[in-house]
Amino acid sequence: MKKRSRIITASVAVMSVSLALSACSGAAGGSNGGNNQSINVLMVNNPQMADLQKLTDDNFTKDTGIKVNYTSLPENDARAKISTEFSAQAGQYDVASISAYEVPSFAANGWLSPLDSIASSSDFNQGDVFPSLTQALTVNGSLYAEPFYGESSFLMYRKDIFAAKGLTMPSNPTWQQVADLAAQVDGAEPDMKGICLRGQAGWGQVFAPLTTVVNTFGGTWFDKDWNAGVNSPEFEAATQFYVDLVKAHGEAGAAQAGFTECLTNMTQGKVAMWYDATSAAGSLEASDSPVAGKMGYVAAPVDKTKSSGWLWSWAWGIQKASKNQDAAQKFIEWASSSKYENLVGTQLGWSQVPAGKRSSTYDNADYTKASSAFFQQTKDAILSADPTNPGLQPRPAPGIQFVAIPEFADMATQVSQGVSAAIAGQQTVQQALSDGQAVAQAVGDKYKK
Amino acid sequence: MSLVTEKPVPVTDAINPPVAQSRFHKDGPLLKRLPLLPALVFMIIVTQVPFVLTLIISFFNWNSLYPNDVYFSWFSNYVAVFVNPDLRNAMLVTVQITVVVVLVSLLLGLGIALLLDRKFWGRGAVRTLLIAPFLIVPVAAALVWKHALYNPSYGLFNGILTWIWGLFGAGSQAPQPDWISQFPLHSVELELIWQWTPFMMLILLAGLQGRPLDVIEAAKMDGASEWQIFRYLTFPHLRQYLELAALLGSIYVVQTFDSVFTLTSGSLGTANLPFTIYQQFTLGHDYGGSSASGVVVVFLSIALATFALRTVSTLLKDESK
Amino acid sequence: MTAILPRTLIGTSTPEKRTRVRNRKAWLGVLAWVIALVAFAPIAWMILTSFHSETTAATNPPSLFAPWTFEGWASFFGAETGVSPLPYFINSAVTSLGSTLIVLILATPAAYALSIRPVKKWSDVMFFFLTTKMLPMVAGLLPIYLIAKQLGLLDTTTILILVYTSMNIPIAVWMMRSFLQEIPAEILEAAEIDGAGFFFKFVKIIIPLASPGLAATALICFIFSWNELLFANALTSVSAATAPVFLTSFITSRGLFLAKVCAASFAVSLPVLIAGFAAQDKLVQGLSLGSVK
Repeated sequence: MKKRSRIITASVAVMSVSLALSACSGAAGGSNGGNNQSINVLMVNNPQMADLQKLTDDNFTKDTGIKVNYTSLPENDARAKISTEFSAQAGQYDVASISAYEVPSFAANGWLSPLDSIASSSDFNQGDVFPSLTQALTVNGSLYAEPFYGESSFLMYRKDIFAAKGLTMPSNPTWQQVADLAAQVDGAEPDMKGICLRGQAGWGQVFAPLTTVVNTFGGTWFDKDWNAGVNSPEFEAATQFYVDLVKAHGEAGAAQAGFTECLTNMTQGKVAMWYDATSAAGSLEASDSPVAGKMGYVAAPVDKTKSSGWLWSWAWGIQKASKNQDAAQKFIEWASSSKYENLVGTQLGWSQVPAGKRSSTYDNADYTKASSAFFQQTKDAILSADPTNPGLQPRPAPGIQFVAIPEFADMATQVSQGVSAAIAGQQTVQQALSDGQAVAQAVGDKYKK
Repeated sequence: MSLVTEKPVPVTDAINPPVAQSRFHKDGPLLKRLPLLPALVFMIIVTQVPFVLTLIISFFNWNSLYPNDVYFSWFSNYVAVFVNPDLRNAMLVTVQITVVVVLVSLLLGLGIALLLDRKFWGRGAVRTLLIAPFLIVPVAAALVWKHALYNPSYGLFNGILTWIWGLFGAGSQAPQPDWISQFPLHSVELELIWQWTPFMMLILLAGLQGRPLDVIEAAKMDGASEWQIFRYLTFPHLRQYLELAALLGSIYVVQTFDSVFTLTSGSLGTANLPFTIYQQFTLGHDYGGSSASGVVVVFLSIALATFALRTVSTLLKDESK
Repeated sequence: MTAILPRTLIGTSTPEKRTRVRNRKAWLGVLAWVIALVAFAPIAWMILTSFHSETTAATNPPSLFAPWTFEGWASFFGAETGVSPLPYFINSAVTSLGSTLIVLILATPAAYALSIRPVKKWSDVMFFFLTTKMLPMVAGLLPIYLIAKQLGLLDTTTILILVYTSMNIPIAVWMMRSFLQEIPAEILEAAEIDGAGFFFKFVKIIIPLASPGLAATALICFIFSWNELLFANALTSVSAATAPVFLTSFITSRGLFLAKVCAASFAVSLPVLIAGFAAQDKLVQGLSLGSVK
C-alpha cells in the first residue's frame, strides 16, 4: 500500500502542476483579442521568412511596440491552413503569406483587406516594386498583397566542370542544347549527374519547372475557351522531353526530388546543372556553400518562345476578419520596404536580402557586389516574365507556372502524381497525361458555362 | 431493489457475467449507471455531434473557395464518391498497408518477444532499445526515414551500401536504389513496421510473462523440445494476446496519416484513406465532397469494426478466466 | 499436464544435448542484441546527425566522424528565428497531461460500472467505445474546426484537451476495466458489509488498488496525446501550438534542414522516450490491457 500511495501522490502532483500550467497558458493565449499591440502572422518557412522572424523583435517591435507572433509551416501545410483560415474568416491570423495564385479568388470572396493606403504611401514607394508583381496582386484596381520577395527561374551550372570538359554554356540556351550538355557533363565527376530537375508530385513541385517547359514547347493547360490541352502533342512532347531528360541524366531519386533535394545535390556536387528558382542562387553563393564562386547562371532554357522563366512572389495579405488592421498594415509596410532589405543586408549579409521585388535593390552597390554572379540574370528573368502571355497562345487566366484559378492546385497535383510516377518508371507519360486530360477538362467545363 | 439477478441476462451479457454481479444487492440500476454516464455522455457528444455535422455538410455543394455558391445538393457528393476511382484505390491501399504492417510487425514482435523471454546478458538494455521506435513522435520518425535513411543520394541506407562496396574497393559501383520511388508502398510499410513492432512486442511479452511456468517446467522435465513447448503450450496461451495486438494495431494503423503525408505525399500509389480525405479537404477545398467521403468511410469502418469485434468478443469471454 | 503432448514426441535429454542448447542460447542472446541495435540505429543516426552541420549531414558515404557542431541544436533553440521551443513544450505538456487527467477521471468510474458493478448491456457499451476508435479521425477535422470556431475555442489548449480526451477514453476504459476486474471481490464485499458508500468505496479502496493500472493507462494516453499532430496543426495557431507543430516548422521546401530537423525530432520525442523508458513495465502491463500483474 505504501508504494501505491506514493504513485498516487506523484500523479496528483503531476496533474496539479499541469493544471496550474494550463491556467497560465490560458492567460497567455488571450493575447490575440482586443490587444492591438500584437499581431499573428502565418507564413511558409522559407529561409527569407526565418530571417524576418529573427529581425522582428529588435527592430519592428522595438520601433512600433507591436509584437509579432509567427507560425511558420512547410509550404503544403501553410497553404492548407491559410485557405481554411481565410475561408472561415476565423480571424486567428492578421497577416498571411500569399501569392498571385491566391489573391484573385481570395479578393473576389472578400477575404482580404485592400492595401491601397500602403500603395499610395510615398515612404513605401510602390513605383519601385516591379510592375508585373504589383499587377499580379491587384484585383479590380485594388492592391491586395505586397510582395516580400520575388523570383523567376533560370539555369544554374558548374562553371568549373564545364571549363574542365571544354564546354560552353550559351547565355540563352535552348532545351535541346541543355539536354546535349547534360549528356556531356553526366559523369564528369564520380557520382555526378547532368542536371537536377524537380520530379516530386505536387503542383508547386514538378509542375513549377515543367509548366514553363510546356509553355515554351507551345503547350498550355487551357486554351482561351477553357479547352484542356493536357494531352495535346505540345504538352506531351514537353513532358516526354522533361521525363526523358531527368531519367537519362537527372539526379538520383528524381521522383521524390523537390527544391531542397536539388539544392543538396547541387551543393554536394552530385549534379552539374539545375533549373529552378532564381532565389536558389543566394543559398548556392552563401559563404558556407562548397560551390560558392563556381556557379554560372543563364536564362531559363527555351524552345519556341523567347523567354520562359516563371514569376513568383510570396506576398503579405491582411485577413478581412483581422481585428488589428492598422498594426497589420504597419507590419507589411515594414517587411516589404526597401529599408527592411537594407536591414537584412547590414545585419545578416547582402546575399540573404529578400530581393526580386524592387528595382532599387538592383541599384544598391552593396547588393550587386554580393550577388554579382547572378543579380543581373535574376533581374532580367523577372522583368522578361509575362504572366498574362507566357506561351504561344492566349490564355483564359493569368499565371506562368500555374493557372490562377482555385481548382488548379488540386488538378495539377493529381496530374503531377502521374508525371512523378512516369519519372519513377511506373507508367508512361502518355498514360499520365491522358488521365490528366480528363481531370483538367472537368475543371475547364466548369468555366465554359 | 435487488433487481439485477432477477432479470434474464441478455444474450451478449451471457459471454461473461462479471465476477461480482450477484454479490451486491444495494445499488439500483440508476445508481449503477451513474459512474458510467460522464464518460458515455462525453463520448457521445464529442464524437456524435461532429459526425452529425459531417452528415449535414455532406449533402451540400460546398467548396470553401466559392462561399457564395453553397446549396443543398442531395446525393451528388455521394455519387461522386462512388464514381471517384481515387477513393476506391485509397481503400485498397489502406487495407494493404494495414494488413501488411499489422501482420509483419506481429510476426517480428512475436519473434523478438520470444527472444526477450530468455535470460541473456543485457536483456533490460535490449528491451529498452527495442521499445524506442514506438516512442518517437510519428512525424519525426517519418521525417528521419525520408530524409536521413531513404534519400537515394545522401540517406543512410545507400550510404551503408557505398561503404560496404567501398570495403572491397568498389565504392562507386555500389547499387544505389531509389528506395521511395522504386518501392513506394513498401517504404511506407517498412517505416510503419519499424514503429509498430515494439507495440506488438510489448503486448506479446506481457502474454509470455503470464504463462504458467510450472507447466512448462514439467514439459521440459519430460523432455519436450522447444518447438513442442512453443507449439502446444506457448502458442495457445498467446493466441488471445496475438488477437488483441492485431486488433489494437489495426485500429491505429488504419488511421496512418503522418507517414504517408511525410514520406510520399500520397504519390506513387500510396495515398490511403486518411490522406485522400485530407487532400480533398485541404487542396480541393471540397468541404461537401470530403464530408461525403468521410461518411462513407465511417460506415465502412463500422461494418469492418463489427467484423473485427467478433474477435474482441472472444477476448472478452476469455479474459475473466 | 504433460499428457497433452503426444507421447511419441517426448525424447530424452542427454548432457551433450544440453551444451548444444546452452550454445544456442548464447547465440540467441547475440541475435537479440543485433536486432535491438538495428532497430535503434535510425534513432542513433538521428541523434548523431543532429550534431552535424547541414552540409556534413547529407553526404554519401555517411560521414560518421564529421566534426561535431551544435548548429542544429542552436536552431532548435531559436538561433535562426528567435523562437523559443519552450511555449510549445508547455502547451504539449498541458494538453497531454490535462487530457490524460480527464480521461482517467471519466474512464475509471466508467470502467467500474462495466466491471465491478456492471450495468446491463455492459458489453454493448464496451463495443460502442471501441467503435468510436475506428472512425477516421481525419473526417472529424472540418466539423471540429467549425464547432471550435463557433465556440471561440480555436487556438486554445481546451479544444485540444477535449479532442485528445475523446481520442483516448475508449482505450482507457478498456484498459481500466481489465485492471479493475483483477481486484479481488472479497475486498469489495468486506467494504460493502462495513456499509461503505460508492464514493468511499471508490476513493478509498478501488483507486489505491488500481493505481498501477491507472499509471499504465495514464502513460499510454500521454504517449498518444503527445504524438498527435493532425488536430494540433489544424486547431491551433499561435498560443496553443504543441511541440510536434513546432517540429514541422523546421521542414522547409527551400533549403537544407536535416540537422535541424533531427535535433528537433529528438527533442520533441524526448519526453515520451523518457516516460516510456522509465515505465517500461507499465507499458507492458498497459498494452496487455492489464492481463499481466
